[in-house]
Amino acid sequence: MSNNGGAAKRFFGPRAFAAPYVVWMAAFVVAPVVFVVIYAFTSGDGTFTAENFLEMGRFVSVFARSFWLALVSTVICLALGYPAAYILARESRRVRRAVIVLIMLPMWMNFLLRTFAWMSILERNGLLNRLLGAIGIPPLDIIYTPAAVILGMVYNFLPFMILPIYSVIVKIDRSLVEAAADLGATPRAVFTRVIAPLSLPGVLSGVTMVFVPAVSTFVISKLLGGGKEILLGDLIEMQFRGTAYNPRLGSAIALVMMVVVIVFMYFMNKFGEGEEGVSVL
Amino acid sequence: MISKPSVRGRLCTALIMVFLYAPIFVLIAFSFNASNSRAVWSGFSLRWYRELFGDRYILNSFYTTIAVSVTAAAAATAAGAASAIGLHYMRRSWRTSLLFINNIPLINADIVTGVAMCLLFVSLKAFIDFELGFGTLLIAHITFNIPYVILSVTPKLYGLDANMMDAARDLGCTFFGAIRRVMLPEIMPGIVNGAIIAFTMSIDDFVISYFTAGSRSETLSMTIYAMTRKRISPEINALSTLLFISVLALLVVINIRQKPAAEQ
Repeated sequence: MSNNGGAAKRFFGPRAFAAPYVVWMAAFVVAPVVFVVIYAFTSGDGTFTAENFLEMGRFVSVFARSFWLALVSTVICLALGYPAAYILARESRRVRRAVIVLIMLPMWMNFLLRTFAWMSILERNGLLNRLLGAIGIPPLDIIYTPAAVILGMVYNFLPFMILPIYSVIVKIDRSLVEAAADLGATPRAVFTRVIAPLSLPGVLSGVTMVFVPAVSTFVISKLLGGGKEILLGDLIEMQFRGTAYNPRLGSAIALVMMVVVIVFMYFMNKFGEGEEGVSVL
Repeated sequence: MISKPSVRGRLCTALIMVFLYAPIFVLIAFSFNASNSRAVWSGFSLRWYRELFGDRYILNSFYTTIAVSVTAAAAATAAGAASAIGLHYMRRSWRTSLLFINNIPLINADIVTGVAMCLLFVSLKAFIDFELGFGTLLIAHITFNIPYVILSVTPKLYGLDANMMDAARDLGCTFFGAIRRVMLPEIMPGIVNGAIIAFTMSIDDFVISYFTAGSRSETLSMTIYAMTRKRISPEINALSTLLFISVLALLVVINIRQKPAAEQ
């Protein structure tokens, strides 16, 4: 075959199926990231500057608060989600299918609306306080506190913790558990030495899938936190669509967030092989 | 696992379900409320369902959501499936780096993806004459949907026996014929799964739409967000209840139809 023919074959071969995608991703994934980097490192007149990053110093408390709330929510999600996933994985096939559908189903109700529904539950004159009042307990002031924000995060992101852990535990080979038990392992040892290490990849991807949206949310903090104590998401949103219009500062914060997430993912991948997506049906 | 979970364990799972469904129950209940209060029950009424069907603003944003989700999911499914096949035949080093780029929209926070695309569109406006609107919204949705389709199709391609493709070619199939007759039927479950995930992501998205739709196009999520600043009309509860019940019905039908196949 001539050289030319080889090149043509290479071009029109099966790999060409990915060509439109490569062009699309270059235009709409890589180019936007490049724009974020350019905006983050330039000043209004287009010269290079690190000013935007220095300016972030004013918002250390926002960074600290966001990371703290996201961390607490992630820990709570793990504490609730791991046992739930573990229990679910031991159910019969039929129960498992039904429960997985039940866990996915709320995602079809708009998440803003679900978060908003928590407002009417937690409000001072809301459903929870009416319920408590009916049995003689004094009202709770939860709404517009960090506790309400954490509740909103746990509520919205808990399925993202349960599903990846579940999909890893359910695939663990039964014979490994039986072998451990036959060799004299107590149920506790079976869990700590067989099941827990094998479910680590699911835990890691669950932690990522909860922490990243939690640290960057601006809806939950606005609705349930009352917008008094802003989070990183609010800070970015304000720079692009809010009163404090400053896309260069917004880009710098977004860039920091992106780098943190990518570094985080890199270490996660070193620990466990990335899990494939969870099946819906 | 061998032993069945204990009663206490099942009770804990049930409590988590109650937690997940409490706000949904509240939303559905208050769509039938006679007054527009969202905490005080004043009697059963279908008032909000009637008013919903006369509300152009809410219906329009609902149509926008459906239009963008269906179009974006269809486009992303076709593009994602094709590129998963293309990536499958690439050299490993190429595939690894392309899949890394593929993962960027997946691992990045939505707000970062949203503002990045917003910056791109706003910067392009200096060179090309266009406005942010349905077009940019659609581009953004296709972009964040494709990675889900690729991640859903790729494992199926690994499961495919390469000899099957060669056998089809040996028996006189063209390359495209072999893809259509041998590969596609095998990877179809992955493609369908990817399409459903893409559609779900589009329907539920707020953050990326918020930064890319400009002021001329509004999805349902954006309408709800605008309303949370003043007051959410119970018409939205009514619409969400209808959507929720449709999805529930659809899932029940799918599960009933799949059961005989699963038991074989």
